Amino acid sequence: MNTLKEEKWLYTISSKKPLINLNFKEIWRYRDLLMLFVKRDVITVYKQTILGPIWYIIQPLFTSVIFTLIFNNLANIPTGDGVPSFLFNLAGITSWNYFKECLTGTSGTFTKNQNIFGKVYFPRVIMPLSIVFSNLLKFGIQSLVFIGFYLFYVYVENAQIKPNTSLILLPIVILIMAMLGLGLGMLISSMTTKYRDLTFLVQFGVQLLMYGSAVMYPLSYFREKLPEYAWLVEYNPIAIVIEVFRNMTLGVNSFSLKEFIYALVVSVILFLFGLIVFNRTEKNFIDTV
Amino acid sequence: MADIMLNVNKVSKQYRLGLIGTGTLSHDLNRWWRKLIGKDDPFLKIGELNNRKVRGNSDYVWALQDISFEVRKGEVLGIIGENGAGKSTLLKILSRVTGPTTGEIKTKGRIASLLEVGTGFHPEMTGRENIFLNGAILGMTKKEIASKINEIIDFSGCERYIDTPVKRYSSGMRVRLAFAVAAHLEPDILVIDEVLAVGDAEFQKKAIGKMQDISKGEGRTVLFVSHNMAAIETLCDRVIVLKDGRFFDEGTPTEAINNYLKNSTFSQRIIEFNKNGIVDVKEGIQMIYAGVENASAEHVDDVLDVTSEIDIRFKFINKTKGKVLSFGYDLKNIREEVIFGSGSKFTCNINEVTELVCRIPANFLNDDMYQIHLYAHSEAMNLLYSEKDLLTFEIKDIKRESGYLGRINGVIRPKLLWQSVSDK
Repeated sequence: MNTLKEEKWLYTISSKKPLINLNFKEIWRYRDLLMLFVKRDVITVYKQTILGPIWYIIQPLFTSVIFTLIFNNLANIPTGDGVPSFLFNLAGITSWNYFKECLTGTSGTFTKNQNIFGKVYFPRVIMPLSIVFSNLLKFGIQSLVFIGFYLFYVYVENAQIKPNTSLILLPIVILIMAMLGLGLGMLISSMTTKYRDLTFLVQFGVQLLMYGSAVMYPLSYFREKLPEYAWLVEYNPIAIVIEVFRNMTLGVNSFSLKEFIYALVVSVILFLFGLIVFNRTEKNFIDTV
Repeated sequence: MADIMLNVNKVSKQYRLGLIGTGTLSHDLNRWWRKLIGKDDPFLKIGELNNRKVRGNSDYVWALQDISFEVRKGEVLGIIGENGAGKSTLLKILSRVTGPTTGEIKTKGRIASLLEVGTGFHPEMTGRENIFLNGAILGMTKKEIASKINEIIDFSGCERYIDTPVKRYSSGMRVRLAFAVAAHLEPDILVIDEVLAVGDAEFQKKAIGKMQDISKGEGRTVLFVSHNMAAIETLCDRVIVLKDGRFFDEGTPTEAINNYLKNSTFSQRIIEFNKNGIVDVKEGIQMIYAGVENASAEHVDDVLDVTSEIDIRFKFINKTKGKVLSFGYDLKNIREEVIFGSGSKFTCNINEVTELVCRIPANFLNDDMYQIHLYAHSEAMNLLYSEKDLLTFEIKDIKRESGYLGRINGVIRPKLLWQSVSDK
């Protein structure tokens, strides 16, 4: 058997599990599959609907209208000087949605795809990645709507808002949201292959998380009203990211570099941790799913 | 041993039976704790042999145990075994759907499998879109698929529907489209599991032809799992036999198949009653011997094929009061259809051994599994002896050089006179 070791093997299927076993070359080779999955997700969601992709827009718009009515008009939560509360909510919901869709989409990777995973091999990480990418497209469309209303408020309503210079950090903000959603999603997906308990938590957990993520209120207002619980929101990386997103687009809230770096570090750690767990699970999950 | 493509080294796979619940959690914690303090997994020691028919004591079974083999480049390796012998588990590990519990597999080429065709078809997408998606799932790049798209559509025979969503397809069309994509894969090692069972006769011929092209013409390494012995014998260079998750036999297709059928648990071809300590006396008939013998081979227990003459032989002692007995049997296939019944009256001396032989001619029975229902009557037609599944045996097909490899239709398979009578 010694002669075998000298020969060149393309790859080895083994029972041993290295901590990280990511074959980037292989993932690259399957890039077409990634794009085809994205295409599939995008074109099949609203097949046989009359409004089609308009549904992408309707959901955040209606939610923003309701939030404005309930939280701003009824509960009188201030949204900052001169910032239209509708635009404030739209910004929060657009960014929150991207994170939420990434999280809920990827958290079912193993259980939802057991049919296809049970029959053919391809790098499993392609699946959650495709969800992140197709949601990015959705986020893009919703951002266009946001920009549309933005321009409407600036030129028609003469609202005193202007984007902050920190807008150049937008790609990093999107990356942080994607990594948080993907990392958490992969973690949950790996942990639900054998015991399904966590899936029930995700369903209402996401709902609860939204209230702790400064979506419909500014962080400063929360600090002012409930100072003893403020840390809950302050240490929530998603809340920080949403605050930053509103800061760079609407110029409200203060931009704190320290908080921003904290969110970046947390998201990278969570993403790597999720990736490792996902990687360890993918090999044998089909036996226990 | 220069160009070994695939090396399988002591691969084992353990499965846990039963449901996953809180009981599994305690095992998981136990395993995790042992791992933490650096001890071996305690559950790897307790697995049992994987025999689904026997009730075991352990929740853990070995679906595969210490399987080792090598495949050379361009070789077509057949894998046979009964249901549950571990064939599919082996293929799943080879195609990386699941990992082995112990052992390792080394490969020099990309492995693609046709474990189940049509994986990842999306009903809302058109046939053409699905070809791209399915091809990419199976490991092709967009460019590769684009260059073959016309060939694939042509092969599937679904041209008219190609821009219609797949949900409008008939199930047969879906299979055709899926197999067309899979057949145009070009991996270094192709793993095929029972593709011959799908589609209509015309499509089967096409599929087998394509497989022959792949294995013989293009010199690709192929692992082929099938229950169709004729296909295995014709297509493969070498065959390995698995039994209860273990390596059982290896050899040339003819050797291995014969050996496999001889040891098949289905066959019960020869019974010597007294030898097993059973004295079988029913209403005055004491059976001594019953056998399905191969009359055209050297040994009576050689494997039967469709060209064998078969002797059905009985020895018994008449312990009744009458000398004249009526003896006969029904030959049934596995679907309980009676092919024929045959019998006659014999004069059997009382308290002496009578031996009866009935010959079934060659080229008469089809390749199938058969059972013999034996019965004996007194002269007054009182039932003396009746044993429903006394003997069971299997007739295998013969090797065919080329052409159609599927099973020839029909309950029987007589060789009839064919001649051309057009003017000379």
